[in-house]
Amino acid sequence: MGIWIALGVVVVLGALVVSMYNSLITRRNRVQEAASDIDVQLKRRYDLIPNLVNTVKGYATHERELFEKVTAERAALVTGSTGDRIKASNELTETLKSIFAVAEAYPDLKANQNFLSLQAELTDTQDKIMAAQRFYNSNVRDFNTAIQVFPTNLFAQLLGFSAFQFIEATDTETANVEVKF
Amino acid sequence: MATIYTHISENKWRSVLTMTVFVALVIGLGYVFGVALRLPWLLPLAIFVAIAQSFSAYWWSDKVALAISGAHEVDKAAAPELYRIVENISITSGLPMPRVYVIDDPSPNAFATGRDPQHAAVAVTTGLLGKLDKPELEGVLAHEFSHIGNYDIRLSSIIVILVGFVVLMSDFFLRYTFWGGGRRSNNRDDGQVGMILMLVGIVLALLSPLIATLMQLAISRKRELLADADGALLTRNPNGLADALQKITSDPQPLRSANKATAHLFISSPLRDPEGKKRGFMAGLFDTHPDPALRIAKLREMAL
Repeated sequence: MGIWIALGVVVVLGALVVSMYNSLITRRNRVQEAASDIDVQLKRRYDLIPNLVNTVKGYATHERELFEKVTAERAALVTGSTGDRIKASNELTETLKSIFAVAEAYPDLKANQNFLSLQAELTDTQDKIMAAQRFYNSNVRDFNTAIQVFPTNLFAQLLGFSAFQFIEATDTETANVEVKF
Repeated sequence: MATIYTHISENKWRSVLTMTVFVALVIGLGYVFGVALRLPWLLPLAIFVAIAQSFSAYWWSDKVALAISGAHEVDKAAAPELYRIVENISITSGLPMPRVYVIDDPSPNAFATGRDPQHAAVAVTTGLLGKLDKPELEGVLAHEFSHIGNYDIRLSSIIVILVGFVVLMSDFFLRYTFWGGGRRSNNRDDGQVGMILMLVGIVLALLSPLIATLMQLAISRKRELLADADGALLTRNPNGLADALQKITSDPQPLRSANKATAHLFISSPLRDPEGKKRGFMAGLFDTHPDPALRIAKLREMAL
């Protein structure tokens, strides 16, 4: 009799751990999928930059330094860890702002339909990167909560699960925008 | 987290319940009248109608709701700003990209429909696009995405076909009986038709409060508050939606294509009370939305 009870307890506990493990795997996959969504948007931005540079080059020939900076930052979008790439993307946002500011000095460029649509596309891509980061963060939150609540926290470490880092907004994003004329 | 998932399963369960009650009601009516009026074909007809309508309610209710509202589909080239906002919220929420529709109407309003997130559509009026700025528009669309994500859209779209249809018929017959029926009764040929229509009208009129209660039970006004909260969580900007609601509810223009069958779909009730007329008991009974002042207050609280 006693042995059957003990066996029953072991089976129930085993089933609990298995279902716990499976649900954690599901959540971790969601986090990884969300991370790849960010990469999709970064790649989109990567693809748009050369068009912008070529369009602006045709009008603003003296801004060589700016173009080199953009090209270098563009390359960084697809290398290194997700964190590095996000960082490069944030720097690129700043550089793009200077490019759009430079464009103000060239009326022909400002009136160029191609430039205007590229500007809109790049601004939108920036919004989409932010959106993808937010989705990533909400998945990270769910996963981290799942492995930190009792009783999952007793097993999570043993099963090889560890918390993910949130993607934080950089200082330039949280700081108030300074408007200069 | 538990709340949103229980809400989803509750919505799926309520959808099944609504369809079951509807089928039982129609078949029951068919049986009772078939026996009372000695019309043996009425029961098979009722069974056929009940099944056909439930089936179409599940599969085509979104198309019907969009068609009644006069919505037409737009692509990215036709409405780039709107489309981009929808794309961005779709990324934030992790839901698939819904179809995007625009209703040509100066009254600002919006709704979402479809049977699940994979077959969803959002519709906004041109008035909404014109009167709201970007954060407000984001707030409204995030609210609609919450309805999509938690399967509110399945339940409310089914109700358009099943319950809304009966409410509309009841309205129609009541008007006909009181305003049109009396004059025609002089004509002998129309006599019998008039009698039958009057009978149907009276039956539907008697059923109408019951159906209204059914509608209330099925959709629960809390869903709007829940979608407000979830939407605010998506955009992280409760003030955007609060400002939007303020603009939408203070707009005096009623939605031209609004009716009782689809009113509950919209973010804010598209029906306007006639000016100077006091709201009777019946009007409150048909309320499908919570008090806008309460919704705005709750959102402002979140923004602190």
